[in-house]
Amino acid sequence: MFDLTGKTALVTGASGGIGGAIARGLHAQGATVGLSGTREAPLAELAADLGERAHVLPCNLSDPEAVEALPKAAAEAMGGLDILVNNAGITRDMLFMRLKDEDWQSVLDVNLTAAMRLCRGAMRGMMKARWGRIVNITSVVGTTGNPGQANYCAAKAGLVGLSKSLAHELASRGVTVNCVAPGFIETAMTDKLTGDQKSGILGAVPMGRMGTPEEIAAAVVYLASLEAGYVTGATVHVNGGMVMV
Amino acid sequence: MSDIADRVKKIVVEHLGVEEDKVTENASFIDDLGADSLDTVELVMAFEEEFGIEIPDDAAETIQTFGDAVKFIQDAA
Repeated sequence: MFDLTGKTALVTGASGGIGGAIARGLHAQGATVGLSGTREAPLAELAADLGERAHVLPCNLSDPEAVEALPKAAAEAMGGLDILVNNAGITRDMLFMRLKDEDWQSVLDVNLTAAMRLCRGAMRGMMKARWGRIVNITSVVGTTGNPGQANYCAAKAGLVGLSKSLAHELASRGVTVNCVAPGFIETAMTDKLTGDQKSGILGAVPMGRMGTPEEIAAAVVYLASLEAGYVTGATVHVNGGMVMV
Repeated sequence: MSDIADRVKKIVVEHLGVEEDKVTENASFIDDLGADSLDTVELVMAFEEEFGIEIPDDAAETIQTFGDAVKFIQDAA
């Protein structure tokens, strides 16, 4: 089950905790992976660790031209682009009263607009091949909202709407579009939280612990697989029961 | 029939899976050949690739029939 031999997958934000685990997960199932991110060193390190079937594709997602060029570069490097995982995300947390236009814009640019451009660039080849998988990484807060994260939550909720619309348009072409919504996961992003914040959040998680990046990767591997061909427009929540929707 | 028309017909036949004799001058992609809106977008993309031309969105909307496509490409090429 879930064999991805011969498939090619582009993962954005692969230098981060969740993105790296997703790339490892897809690679372990036999896929060729394109590792994208802003910082080249961690990407090269991951590629070296994975060995064969790994390509480093640095890209600054706040640069529209670089984003437009990425799907083509990925297809050239890997010989195709069957699976796109939009995982990259940034935060500029700020109470909404104090939120500046640039904090709003930069989060929307990277978390939503870049994902849209990558979907658009990748779908052409997928439509032609009559097979494709797009997995967009959203967040539990895209569903619940979160104080201090109006920009981030808006972008993540936007990604859900984008995914559902694309799922409608591409279903007849064998292309599925789904979201994975992580809850509270052990990453650099959540490391920034204080001990009080952490224990507060964990109190609301029935599992009583944080999730791991590998637990997100497992959901992505499933949605990218042949076996998930009838799942589209869905959001898989991986949050330890924190929010049950 | 011109070379362009032959090449366009080949793309239409392959993409929509229709009989070649159904692809007539006035055959509408959507009404007569069973295309959906996404098919018409894909056809335009295929024409662009085959003939190395760019078909802007507003022009693409005017390409409704096989004859429209041939004429547009003849003028553009």
